[in-house]
Amino acid sequence: MKLPIYLDYAATTPVDPRVAEKMMQYLTMDGEFGNPASRSHRFGWQAEEAVEIARSQIAELVNADPREIVFTSGATESNNLAIKGAADFYHKKGKHLITVKTEHKATLDTMRQLEREGYEVTYLEPHTDGLITIEMLAAAIRPDTTVISVMFVNNEIGVVQDIAAIGELCRSKGIIFHVDAAQAAGKVDIDLQALKVDLMSFSAHKAYGPKGIGALFVRRKPRIRLEAQMHGGGHERGMRSGTLPTHQIVAMGEAFRIAKLEMHDEIKRISALRDKLVNGVKDIEQVFLNGHPTKRVPHITNISFNYVEGESLIMALKDIAVSSGSACTSASLEPSYVLRALGMSDELAHSSIRFSIGRFTTEEQVDHTIKIVHQAIEKLRAMSPLWDMYKDGIDLNTVAWVAH
Amino acid sequence: MAYSNKVIDHYENPRNVGAFDKDDVGVATGMVGAPACGDVMKLQIKVNEQGIIEDAKFKTYGCGSAIASSSLVTEWVKGKSLAQAEQIKNTDIAQELALPPVKIHCSILAEDAIKAAIADYKQKHGG
Repeated sequence: MKLPIYLDYAATTPVDPRVAEKMMQYLTMDGEFGNPASRSHRFGWQAEEAVEIARSQIAELVNADPREIVFTSGATESNNLAIKGAADFYHKKGKHLITVKTEHKATLDTMRQLEREGYEVTYLEPHTDGLITIEMLAAAIRPDTTVISVMFVNNEIGVVQDIAAIGELCRSKGIIFHVDAAQAAGKVDIDLQALKVDLMSFSAHKAYGPKGIGALFVRRKPRIRLEAQMHGGGHERGMRSGTLPTHQIVAMGEAFRIAKLEMHDEIKRISALRDKLVNGVKDIEQVFLNGHPTKRVPHITNISFNYVEGESLIMALKDIAVSSGSACTSASLEPSYVLRALGMSDELAHSSIRFSIGRFTTEEQVDHTIKIVHQAIEKLRAMSPLWDMYKDGIDLNTVAWVAH
Repeated sequence: MAYSNKVIDHYENPRNVGAFDKDDVGVATGMVGAPACGDVMKLQIKVNEQGIIEDAKFKTYGCGSAIASSSLVTEWVKGKSLAQAEQIKNTDIAQELALPPVKIHCSILAEDAIKAAIADYKQKHGG
């Protein structure tokens, strides 16, 4: 077995070889390298045709009209365009926006920027299972609320919000509903004919496509309008200027085509691997699964290992590429804001690991992971003064710690 | 984050992990840090009648640098008098382990752990 084992598919996925093969055909002189906006020759026409096929493939995965798909550089840009674009366009109607504390930074930081520009934002606090309720949302809505943004699948804990119900509420109130679906496309069924979602963000690289390309679904009926955030040649019906990167778009189309074809088998296979992983570690004492137990995707599993610090756990799991609920590995020493928003203590948030399983994960890799996790927990707990105190029956909350 | 080989060595083969009987007359304990900050260090020293630290043990909840820093100080304090051990500076620890700037607090915590253990000894033995 090749080490390290990649279990960080929620961070990014490798490009599917079928996608890479397709992508390479749109780069060189021998391939279709033309500018899709060139109207005066074959090179342009053929590139445009390839882009339109990809647009249809993306629309098909989520049951949308291809004319509702706007290409962007990724889900971060899609979130920016959706939220800023809609807030700007409808600002005369009101300047109040609603989102959730556990959203991706691409949403939260966009909201922060809008606050600096004079908007008011309500950040909903989810239940400890990571989900918000319709009642919570209804209570936050004001007459001047214009945009609500809620992610489909949470990137850290994998819980799935009730997008259908939230959509019904938003539509009944005439509020624009944006959904960040970066972690959802190809992982859960999305039917945009049925869901009352006005704007939805997609990313290619979370679904075996390349990095640097994404899309924003912009509903036509009822028509949603956006203030462009990127100005230039008027590409993408004026909503997002910039020469279309044909090779990336074709690759995203191919990735989404494969997802539509294979996602149901893949979900079954990944669910079985997830069950194996969870069953393999759940008997360790003081281990907790984070997020709602059933309203979740099988790809993302977030587990807290109490009395073991996250970064040292990641070091002990050096043959397994996972990510920590603690941001100790990055420049800041703060624990994950997502886990904190669930009401989790700092120390438990510090002790959390996200395992994300994907298309190329094997049973053998999961077995090895279980073994390594057991060894790591045993080693680190043998070294942990907190574990000793827990074993001695000392409640850590009663200890007078000296914060530093 | 790229750690130095010394940090990785101490993390993978920590020296002197364990605990002494805290009621033993020559044993003193220093516990510093807080779980909420992601680091707790427990350092124990065993001091002989001549006032020399004969042995030291640690247990640490924390990142690789915190574990390495505490492992290192257990080696450093052994054979030293209390006064000498008190001279160990966090900058020496950080330098020895080539800690990156964001991990300097781990070396500060290790210095604090030595000082806390010595203070505990002095308190136990009437100052």
